[in-house]
Amino acid sequence: MTNPPVLDLLAKYDPLIAEHAGLLSTGIRDPFGIVMEKVLSPTEAIIKGRHTILLGTYNYMGMTFDADVIEAGRQALTDFGAGTTGSRVLNGTYQTHAACEEALKGFYGMSHAMAFSTGYQANLGMVSTLAGKGDFIILDADSHASIYDGCKMSNADIVRFRHNDVADLEKRLKRLPPEAGKLVVLEGVYSMLGDVAPLPELVAVAKAHGAMVLVDEAHGMGFFGEHGRGVYEEQGVADDVDFVVGTFSKSVGTVGGFCVSNHPKFEILRLVCRPYTFTASLPPAVIACSTTSIRKLMTAHDKRARLWEATRRLHGGLKARGFRLATDTPESAIVSVLMPDQETTALMWSTLIELGVYVNMSRPPATPAGVFLLRCSICALHSDEQIDIVLAKFEQAAQMAQLALHEHA
Amino acid sequence: MTDRATVYARIIELIEPLNTKKVALTEATSFAGDMEMDSLTVMDLVASMEDEWDIMIPLNLLPDLETIGQVADAVAGLLAKKG
Ligand SMILES: Cc1ncc(COP(=O)(O)O)c(C=O)c1O
Repeated sequence: MTNPPVLDLLAKYDPLIAEHAGLLSTGIRDPFGIVMEKVLSPTEAIIKGRHTILLGTYNYMGMTFDADVIEAGRQALTDFGAGTTGSRVLNGTYQTHAACEEALKGFYGMSHAMAFSTGYQANLGMVSTLAGKGDFIILDADSHASIYDGCKMSNADIVRFRHNDVADLEKRLKRLPPEAGKLVVLEGVYSMLGDVAPLPELVAVAKAHGAMVLVDEAHGMGFFGEHGRGVYEEQGVADDVDFVVGTFSKSVGTVGGFCVSNHPKFEILRLVCRPYTFTASLPPAVIACSTTSIRKLMTAHDKRARLWEATRRLHGGLKARGFRLATDTPESAIVSVLMPDQETTALMWSTLIELGVYVNMSRPPATPAGVFLLRCSICALHSDEQIDIVLAKFEQAAQMAQLALHEHA
Repeated sequence: MTDRATVYARIIELIEPLNTKKVALTEATSFAGDMEMDSLTVMDLVASMEDEWDIMIPLNLLPDLETIGQVADAVAGLLAKKG
């Protein structure tokens, strides 16, 4: 007997393969295939032999090369070995992991903290575990993929409201059965457009309908609020937020994720949250680096001020040169440049990288409302000189890509 | 009471502006397959139907709502339950 022909399961991706090939056939560099040959500092790398200013790394506080952070990792590597080879609930919790959770509790002023292996897993785990069958998850339409995937993994009913739209959230909450459990999931900063959520209004509506609230502060940790806890702290809604999720992969400068909360039953989640339980814990060096970084971020007032200063310089400079930006004022440390179409975006991105500036290219469906973006994220260690070089290169690239700039009044 | 035929006719009106491929719209027309709508467009469309009839169509039901006919059935069913 001969076997039947094997059906190629990757055939469904043929349209995407064709689209990507079409993009590259125009001679541009692959926006999703960058290799950093050398990383010189949080703001500079060698890419294809070229000295490149990094403006798309989310390394907001520039902690990746902090001497104390690196030394903590070196020490943990020596003392605890390269990896834990185990789950947090079996052999994978070392003193380093406990110390990191203590640091998180201190940073957030909360009584419980759980460290996950990535921020993606933190959202996946929290969202899917908090809301079960018969409950409702109400999420912002522009939520990060990890939140959408957490919804998919849960057995709850999923309701989506229009991005940052308080009235739309209220309308949708009103349609839900009053007796059902509800989780409203918000983000402090939305990473595509770099816009900030009106948390007081959104949280008040959620509470008025008996919902628990989870806020993802991935892009707000380190430089919003008095203690750098995030947008929810800056906007004064800490008492009404039940769960804060975050990541180590941005301001903290390492890798990992977490959830902090004051909920008295929080600790049980360690046993029921599958993306926490069924994966290996972070390596000791990574978690030790994270702990040191978190502790330093608690008092990084100068860096916070510098980050906002550099952000204003970039935002203002781009605006003055006639670029269209996603937010009228700099709301976060993400500055998104609105682009007209895929071809111009790709050409502009490719020109920038040839000129030695790395930014993120974003396109649908990752972006909302079908927009094309060149996204810049600023680092506290970007100098004014670097920002000015970036501004000049943007202007030059726009000319080469024939991007129309607007007259500025 | 809104009957199924009225619901179907209104759904066609809501879909028409999003029917960029200009495919013929019938009971059996599918959103992803025939109309090549991406998931964001489908979710926005569902939101507009929720608002049209003041109902709730949870996103987790979407995998079972592939065609216009299936959506019309679902909306008519929700309206019947609402009374
Ligand atoms: C809003 C948001 N949440 C969660 C994550 C996931 O973080 P991590 O990189 O740690 O998986 C990211 C970043 O990718 C994000 O932007």
